[in-house]
Amino acid sequence: MEMPAPNSMVLSAKPQIVARLRTVLPPDAVIEDAAETRAYECDALTAYRCPPLAVVLPRTTAEVSDVLRICHEAGVPVVPRGSGTSLAGGALPTADCVILGVARMNAVLETDYDNRFIRVQSGRTNLSVTGAVEQDGFFYAPDPSSQLACAIAGNIAMNSGGAHCLKYGVTTNNLLGVTLVQMDGTVLEIGGAHMDSGGLDLLGVICGSEGQLGVVTEATLRILPKPEGARPVLVGFDSNEVAGECVSDIIKAGVLPVAIEFMDRPCIEATEAFAKAGYPDCEALLIIEVEGSPAEIDEQLALIKAIALRHNPVEFREAADEDQAKRIWLGRKSAFGAMGQINDYMCLDGTIPVSSLPYVLRRIGEMSKAIGLDVANVFHAGDGNMHPLILFDANKPGDLERCEALGADILRLCVEVGGCLTGEHGVGIEKRDLMGVQFAPDDLEAQLWVKDVFDPRWLLNPAKVFPLAVTASRRAA
Amino acid sequence: MRPANEAELAEAIRAANGPVLVRGGGTRTVGACTGEVLETGGLSGVALYEPGALTLVAGAGTPLAEVEALLAVEGQRLPFEVPDMRGLLGRLGDSTLGGVVAANASGPRRVQAGGCRDSLIGVRFVDGAGTVIKNGGRVMKNVTGYDLVKLMAGSWGTLGVLSEVSFKLLPVPEAGATLVIRGLSDAQAVQAMASALGSPFEVNGAAHWPGQGTFLRIEGFAASVAYRATQLQRHLAAFGTVEMEEGTARWDAIRDVVPFHGREGDVWRISVKPSDAPGLVARMGDAEVLYDWGGGLIWALMVPGADLRAQLGAFQGHATRVRGAGPGAFQPEPPGVAALTRGLRAKFDPRGFLNAGLMGA
Repeated sequence: MEMPAPNSMVLSAKPQIVARLRTVLPPDAVIEDAAETRAYECDALTAYRCPPLAVVLPRTTAEVSDVLRICHEAGVPVVPRGSGTSLAGGALPTADCVILGVARMNAVLETDYDNRFIRVQSGRTNLSVTGAVEQDGFFYAPDPSSQLACAIAGNIAMNSGGAHCLKYGVTTNNLLGVTLVQMDGTVLEIGGAHMDSGGLDLLGVICGSEGQLGVVTEATLRILPKPEGARPVLVGFDSNEVAGECVSDIIKAGVLPVAIEFMDRPCIEATEAFAKAGYPDCEALLIIEVEGSPAEIDEQLALIKAIALRHNPVEFREAADEDQAKRIWLGRKSAFGAMGQINDYMCLDGTIPVSSLPYVLRRIGEMSKAIGLDVANVFHAGDGNMHPLILFDANKPGDLERCEALGADILRLCVEVGGCLTGEHGVGIEKRDLMGVQFAPDDLEAQLWVKDVFDPRWLLNPAKVFPLAVTASRRAA
Repeated sequence: MRPANEAELAEAIRAANGPVLVRGGGTRTVGACTGEVLETGGLSGVALYEPGALTLVAGAGTPLAEVEALLAVEGQRLPFEVPDMRGLLGRLGDSTLGGVVAANASGPRRVQAGGCRDSLIGVRFVDGAGTVIKNGGRVMKNVTGYDLVKLMAGSWGTLGVLSEVSFKLLPVPEAGATLVIRGLSDAQAVQAMASALGSPFEVNGAAHWPGQGTFLRIEGFAASVAYRATQLQRHLAAFGTVEMEEGTARWDAIRDVVPFHGREGDVWRISVKPSDAPGLVARMGDAEVLYDWGGGLIWALMVPGADLRAQLGAFQGHATRVRGAGPGAFQPEPPGVAALTRGLRAKFDPRGFLNAGLMGA
């Protein structure tokens, strides 16, 4: 993965830059020692590493503003970092950058049940937002699988989703406002506890901008009343096609499950060996979860059962109690861990139109055979967000490259059928060079205009999202 | 100008040598601007409708009514309950999808199902220089590149002229019910609505119509609606008797602001934190109001020329004058935000031709 050559002027000015940062931050908030900056050399895309020039860990919006102003004046690139769980390399440093970590900014600032929002500092983890309100019967809906560790800052940067977005939407649908610090240190309030914008929807374009438009230090998030209950069923099928048709029929019937998860045979077998959830021996299985009171759940599941039975499932498994419900989710929730157990893997994130599911799975199978790397598929079937896991051996020369080549081909396939490169992980560096597959040059140019306006000097996370050749003249200016 | 397709639209904008006034059906335009009229009605037609994927792609000039009829056949709908502004604004014509998007028009269901911006998943548009740009697509989870889809929703044609829009859809529920509590003060009503919206019973409409009552809507499968209606009646017992009201006409009236139809005066639309609403209304003098979104949206009927923003003073949210003469229809932005808005408009419309004068710039 190509990264821009570090700016030698910045590298040689490190002592002065660090000294200036120390004038606005407490001693423990500036890290410059090589042994310590190494902890920030990568995020969850661990194949790529580069220690930064320095790391700052501010505690307040004012400190963030001071840091950015100093870096802006000195022409130092800044890479914002939430919890460093990006699978796309969104927080990968360059040698000449300052990593701005928001991990110490994790306070709850305001909780308002009457108006159904919570205001937090952006370093707070996703799950602990729900943790702050669940005793009062509320929750924060977006639930990326890294939710124990990932920060709201990163969720906003990537517009993160999760398993339950079929009903509740993704981050952008649950974000009401942000405090945004621009690269020159300007602090802006965008949105708030009210809905929508009286002017251009800047909040909408800030969400998902991968830390390139500003640093979000505080966020106002919508919280929702917890449903009375939820219950999953598991349905096994002897073909991917039939499982796909079943998903489509459920949606057409007017049931809106909170989650429809799909696993194919390679994924079922791997998780079975690892988690022993007792899944049926079949080609594809669906986990479908619905919410409501016990009677409401019964009614929805009866409808789903009637639809599923028309497709001759291998098995339709209901959960009689909480323990059985947990066992239904067990295999799905351990899928990534299971894969990690047997192999190194790369997790893709393309989205496809639901109707293309059978075709895309068949093509992935063919491509996987041709290149000689196994692919297991687990994904959010209701919204078409796929997570093909390509298994490879990082110690085997050439395997990573073959894996990346297959990954790129699968993502091209997603775009070809009318989908996109990434449904919830973000572009980062991982999909950066594929952007031209999905977007024409004019489409990309319009996105660059937005960055030109928010960050005219192109100092914020500049080597991400867009192909380097496309941004070269702007980054050099 | 009435281009018949996207290529003609791009050519028309490239060839323009002065301001252009973009017009869909002309049913919900706010504020005033001048220029050569560019009608989008030629960019009409449904390009793709997949009921099993809850997805619709259509030309920006497609009449809303045509789309609603098409979706109804499959038992689906646009999730955000598009208001019909013709009665309120005294307009004729057929609302278009592009106009709905440009206005980010969202009705009572906004509180639960999200607004137009939340259902919009893809756009194609022609910028002020005549370049065709696409963003988003036809899938509902997409974080590839910047989300210009959101930026276009509610941009009132100032960044580009929409040529095609994509939506995610929802099934029409089997049943619905309306609960009403009568005799509440505005403050009590907002509290009752907060209590209902904070319950697990999935309220998807919460409005207070002074003199008529405080209304709550639930939708879903029939048995579930009956169950939740009973639960909500118990849940809200402290606020008074909770009655059931037949039919859905009430929500059409709230959505379309029927109480102000044919009435003299300026109409304002104000988005606020719900619990702030009664206090703000108290500052509006003898304005007549209708609360939607649990209090988060206030419709106000004021004497012509009244300076609502001066009466309100500083508040969190925004106020738009949707009917009435003179400048200042749109909420002025704080300097830092206004600078970004200006910057974006200069990039997307370097000649400043598109709906010049709208949105405060």
